Amino acid sequence: MSTKSKSIETKTDFNQDERLKKVSKLRLLLNRPELGALGGAILVFIFFGIVAGDTGMFSAYGVLNFLDVSANLGIIAIAAAMLMIGGEFDLSIGSMIGFAGICIAIPAIYWGWPLWMSIIFAFSMAVLVGYFNGILVVRTGLPSFIVTLAMLFILRGATLAITRLITGRTQVPGLRVLIEDDPLAWIFATDTFKWVFTWLGSMNLIALRTDGTPLATGIPPSVIWFIALAIITTWILMKTRYGNWIFASGGDKNGANNVGVPVGRVKISLFIGTAVAATIFATIQVLDAGSADTMRGTLKELEAIAAAVVGGCLLTGGYGSAIGAAFGALIFGTVSMGIFYTDVDTDWFKVFLGAMMLIAVIFNNYIRRKVTESK
Amino acid sequence: MSDYLVQFNNISKFFGKVIALKDVTMKLKKGEIMCLLGDNGAGKSTLIKTLAGVHRPDEGEIIVEGKKTIFDSPKDALDMGIATVYQDLALVSLMSVTRNFFMGREPMKGPPFFKTFDIEKANKIAAERMGQIGIDVRDPSQAVGTMSGGERQCLAISRAIYFGAKVLVLDEPTSALGVHQASVVLKYIVKAASQGLAVILITHNVHHAYPVGNSFTVLNRGKSLGTYEKKDISREKLLSMMAGGEELNKLEVELQEMNRSSAN
Repeated sequence: MSTKSKSIETKTDFNQDERLKKVSKLRLLLNRPELGALGGAILVFIFFGIVAGDTGMFSAYGVLNFLDVSANLGIIAIAAAMLMIGGEFDLSIGSMIGFAGICIAIPAIYWGWPLWMSIIFAFSMAVLVGYFNGILVVRTGLPSFIVTLAMLFILRGATLAITRLITGRTQVPGLRVLIEDDPLAWIFATDTFKWVFTWLGSMNLIALRTDGTPLATGIPPSVIWFIALAIITTWILMKTRYGNWIFASGGDKNGANNVGVPVGRVKISLFIGTAVAATIFATIQVLDAGSADTMRGTLKELEAIAAAVVGGCLLTGGYGSAIGAAFGALIFGTVSMGIFYTDVDTDWFKVFLGAMMLIAVIFNNYIRRKVTESK
Repeated sequence: MSDYLVQFNNISKFFGKVIALKDVTMKLKKGEIMCLLGDNGAGKSTLIKTLAGVHRPDEGEIIVEGKKTIFDSPKDALDMGIATVYQDLALVSLMSVTRNFFMGREPMKGPPFFKTFDIEKANKIAAERMGQIGIDVRDPSQAVGTMSGGERQCLAISRAIYFGAKVLVLDEPTSALGVHQASVVLKYIVKAASQGLAVILITHNVHHAYPVGNSFTVLNRGKSLGTYEKKDISREKLLSMMAGGEELNKLEVELQEMNRSSAN
């Protein structure tokens, strides 16, 4: 998607300038923010292909497993990347996940709301939280780091306090029975392309359970959401006016304002985007687990930002890509699952995560200098 | 109807007790370049912001194409065709030439509700426009950060013209540039004026202003020291009229004395 629109931007020949050196396709690719993450993802797959190629990591079940983990992280990483390109941070993503979870579970279990209504309620709350974050940052001019750090504590605390107040516990189980026949829940809880897996199973191409059904039953909803979001956000960034405004708002707030870009509205909408993405994440997980946990999503905001950075987003805004964040999430998801298939202790995953991010930041910094340096 | 494109008559602006501008008058015809000269603190910034619609003058009137107008916002001024290019240029260095050129005013295509940013068209126009100034944008998708200061200045001016400016207000367009770059920008300003735009060139550099200006207004401590046609005033006279001129003369004398005393 992104490479296609990029080629339109760059390949057209203008007045056949003799000073225009014929740049190779490779050079063009090097200028893309997602290059590092794409390269990283390929390296990760090569590594696990060698180390864990024969362990079942790359069986249908194994692949779906790490894709699911990557996709969940990817959903929030893409939204975090969009916000970072717009020049802001959201540290309240993780807390929003927990909050959205109980916004679904408590009305559905304790107040007798139909499940679809509580899902809509959770998304409405997300829009409110995102709007509040956004308006606070835009109006006060305070760093979003501080504003959303405050929101991180407020939301997590409120989630715990409200849940304990209403239920006397910190977990709300019992959702699974409500999913069936609900007009909305299936969007977040249905495995798709089951027929493919049934067919593959019947051909004995993938592993089967003892009762003859395939071990991998279908593409999990998170993966579908993840792919859809990656496509839509990339399209927005590359091909729409709003996309141009996101880059402009993050690149130079005052400059953008001076030429008529509604910087405030753009930023607020991006904050709403991260809160809504957190709620998509929460809905999928809550419906999958059948219960809401007040601690769900803890530290997820940092993983999302890490994935966005690995995906080529600059911490200063104005540069990055959604598809890059998707690759970033794929790297983290693959490694976090893949490490189980190797002899390496899983404790090392965090070390890898940190090192990966550090390398990415150094690489991005170098790229930015290349892009902005005067001749 | 007067034959002036814009007139700023007896503009005054006060901030509390401070008189930032007092009775400043400027009249411009089509194709004319007026240089507004003044040292730091002369009131140049206040005047620019008044011209751009950021400040509302406390006294005086603004007449655009014969009609008396009041600017309530920068957008009002822009709608009347008065475009201000500030020193920061409102360019995002990480974004491409095309994306900068059309920032906030992107050309669209497609059916309603599915409109997309017409990048092909935007690329074409941006490259064409930059080509007209003689700047070869080797690739309109290259980041503005890779352009030189002069090219950036020209891009910002070219953008203002493309979006319908009749009067260009340029804030120190050459202050950060080397000799060659400055001459490229000045050449472009003259070219823009020859196409029928009125240009207000704000600068403290007489050497840049004198070759291109048709008339010169000198601002000192918020007051206009008068407007002069080029034939009526020399470069040296202009220099000394700016507060800096006198100061420099004094400095020269002082330095000579210092040399003499150290020689003894």
